[in-house]
Amino acid sequence: MKKNIFAISCFILLTSALGLQAQQVEKSTYGTFALTHASVETVTKGRLENATVIIRNGIIEAVGPDVAVPADAQVIDCKDLIIYPGMIDGGTRLGLQEIESISVTQDYDEIGELTPEMDALTAVNPNSVLIPVTRVSGVTSVITSPSGGLFPGTAALINLQGYTPEQMYGGFKAMTINFPSSGKRGRYDKRSEEEVKKDGDKAVKKLNDTWDRVRTYAAIDSATAGKAAYNPELAALVPVLKGEMTAFIEVNKEDDILAALRWIKKQKIKAVLTGVAEGWRVADSIALAGIPVITGPVLAMPTRDTDHYDQAYKNAGLMQKAGVKVALRTGEAENVRNLPFNAGFAAAYGMGRDEALRAVTIIPAEIFGVADKVGSIEVGKKANLFVSTGDPFEPATAIKHLFIDGWNIPLESRQTLLYEEFLQRTPGVSAQPLPGKS
Amino acid sequence: MKHTLCLLFLLSTFFLKAQAPVGDLIIRNGTVLTITKGSLDKTDILVQKGKITGIGKQLKAPAGIREIDATGQFVMPGIIDAHSHIAIDAVNEATNPITPEVKVGDAIDPFDLSIYRALAGGVTTSHAMHGSANAIGGQCQTIKHRYGVLDPSAYKFEGAARTIKFALGENPIRVHGEGRGVQPRTRMGVEHVIRDAFEKGLAYKEKWATYEADKKKNPDIAPPLYNERYQTMADILDGKIIIQCHSYRADEILMLMRVLNDYGVRRITFQHVNEGFKVAPELAAFGAMASVFSDWWAYKFEVYYSTAYNAAILTRNGVVTSINSDSGELIRHLFHEAAKTQRYGNLSDDEALALITINPARQLGIDTKVGSIEIGKDADLAIFSAHPLSIYAIPQLTIVDGIVRFDLAHDPADMRLDIDPEEATPTYYGQEDVDGCMRDTEFMFSHRH
Repeated sequence: MKKNIFAISCFILLTSALGLQAQQVEKSTYGTFALTHASVETVTKGRLENATVIIRNGIIEAVGPDVAVPADAQVIDCKDLIIYPGMIDGGTRLGLQEIESISVTQDYDEIGELTPEMDALTAVNPNSVLIPVTRVSGVTSVITSPSGGLFPGTAALINLQGYTPEQMYGGFKAMTINFPSSGKRGRYDKRSEEEVKKDGDKAVKKLNDTWDRVRTYAAIDSATAGKAAYNPELAALVPVLKGEMTAFIEVNKEDDILAALRWIKKQKIKAVLTGVAEGWRVADSIALAGIPVITGPVLAMPTRDTDHYDQAYKNAGLMQKAGVKVALRTGEAENVRNLPFNAGFAAAYGMGRDEALRAVTIIPAEIFGVADKVGSIEVGKKANLFVSTGDPFEPATAIKHLFIDGWNIPLESRQTLLYEEFLQRTPGVSAQPLPGKS
Repeated sequence: MKHTLCLLFLLSTFFLKAQAPVGDLIIRNGTVLTITKGSLDKTDILVQKGKITGIGKQLKAPAGIREIDATGQFVMPGIIDAHSHIAIDAVNEATNPITPEVKVGDAIDPFDLSIYRALAGGVTTSHAMHGSANAIGGQCQTIKHRYGVLDPSAYKFEGAARTIKFALGENPIRVHGEGRGVQPRTRMGVEHVIRDAFEKGLAYKEKWATYEADKKKNPDIAPPLYNERYQTMADILDGKIIIQCHSYRADEILMLMRVLNDYGVRRITFQHVNEGFKVAPELAAFGAMASVFSDWWAYKFEVYYSTAYNAAILTRNGVVTSINSDSGELIRHLFHEAAKTQRYGNLSDDEALALITINPARQLGIDTKVGSIEIGKDADLAIFSAHPLSIYAIPQLTIVDGIVRFDLAHDPADMRLDIDPEEATPTYYGQEDVDGCMRDTEFMFSHRH
């Protein structure tokens, strides 16, 4: 049987590898581009009409209504179209998971509670079929994150373009921490209240014990000028302890959020809360602590039976209105393309369209410390942008052009190629009756 | 005295055949999306005894009737979900590769909060389905979302077609072949299990036909032993039940059409049918219908070669197509799922809305009663703040049989009907979605569908 499983796994790997072919037929192009006659939603500097955006060598060189078109530029007329900065998803498994149910295609959950030395960027598959499917929706960058255990590893910001992890890397990494939960894991969690509490307390102890060990390790390491005994787990956490690396602290339940805020304050680390499904209950405390939040999915169930049916839709807006810096995430792999729709629901349920747009562009860029490179349409920034027929949160809107890192990327994915092949299949239905057995 | 009255009332509701409550009202001045007869500006809809009795401008209404002002709002038919597992407390009878004898209608749970949450997304009818563990699963139940009514049988959609779950591919293979060591362990085995059930149904049918013929000569002859399983197979053979088949891959879809062709069975809706787009011409030629996800894919190997353009390709090839939820989360925004077909395939507004109204109604055999706004149809209606295909549309009011079952203006947080008095603080469950196709088989596996 073991042999069988191995054989099946090999077969699946092989067929998956074959399946990676032909998802982009046209080549991406690079150089100088002039996007003319466009409306430009800069996000940081208002909306411009009948404007031109010049892209040269990957960078936005000029933006404005009176910009001259360089002689060497390829002109793309954007009349009646709108230019938006590429959207950023603050939390996904993109590139780390190909098929959800097949464990050999899941690279986000290493064995063990304590695996902070695991680096998402190592396992990002630049040729994942999921990546083109995602970017044609206007999502140009994502956080891809390991999960599982207390310290799952390091998440990375990646641009959805490139053939190596190095080409994709967006210049930001964060340490993920699953903050111990005092709640049930779901409706089918059959543990008693006492068992839940016991497990929660145990996890808190493990977190604090680990942190003490990191502190000791850091002290030894600096006392011995970097000669502390090899311990990759503890070594990986030292930059977080020293406040040099951001911690993404996954926490969702009301009292756990408060506990996490206390823990962050005590340890004096640089932290971002992720998940934060019940953030609306304690929004003032989060705002007071000044800790940014990456929340989502927006299209999700309420966390309690006693909540309004639309509580998850409203959560992001309620936190933002309370003064919390809020970015959005889908938490998805294959359907990160739904980020604009998650933002749209947040917008409709209280956040408003402008703030929701900021929550998927400039706000995540600020949280990751890359606002000088991405998140808005401004001179000097990386050309991560898309051109659409209208509001990208509206399903009826079409994306017409896409640039990532200055590359003009064809709007193709395996899903669009299948559409083209099968809309009018040739040959169509055969004249013969179906070959039956009787 | 008061107690006696209460008791009498309880007894009467117990003994009387469940009578679905109906209401009267008039909706004024909305944009009415009829689905079948275009869109009407500033139009009224008159509802009497749970039926639509008038559609027009400035209609005269009976005195004292409830008036709902829909000025600036959009009125559409109540949304229909052709594939869900809400409102039932059992999903999979995963003990045999074929279980056509079991009925989801026996497991209706009127206390399921998911019903209210579906109403809050404009959904008035859903198809409560058996799960996908068995090649031939149980009989499904089309229900109306009469949340607040406590009698389970009052949820049943009167006059809906009988439906039964079939399932192909990975799920029955994993549950029975891999999980229990019995056929089917391959897609070849799935075909055989289904053929075998039809053969036995045919034999059973013939046995009864022979008995009926012989009885005329000899009235004392003993009848054959009644068997619910094969009686159900006989009913499928007689065209009395619409098959609703969980399926993904093109080859298995073709396989089942071949089998049905051999047994003269024509009534089928393929469910999920992620690779339906690959065999759309064959589906159209057979007259099979399709109920699909808007964009789910890559959650397992058999849905890796999917496309979100599936609904558009099927529609353009003449297949009656619906978009379903299969999820207690997604059922709350089916209007948004339908809207995605405008991004993935440019469907028109009417085509997109048909995917969640008249088309699923046809698939469930209820299209003469619901699925469009027409005089004589059930007053199942949903009112939105903006066009329901816009991301900014918020459901305002959902009406079932002329009774307002969801009203955003009066929407208390806690809508539970069964509250545990010992529960001090409400339990935290996280954002988990529990209403899936493989429910009741979790002990075997750990993931969805």
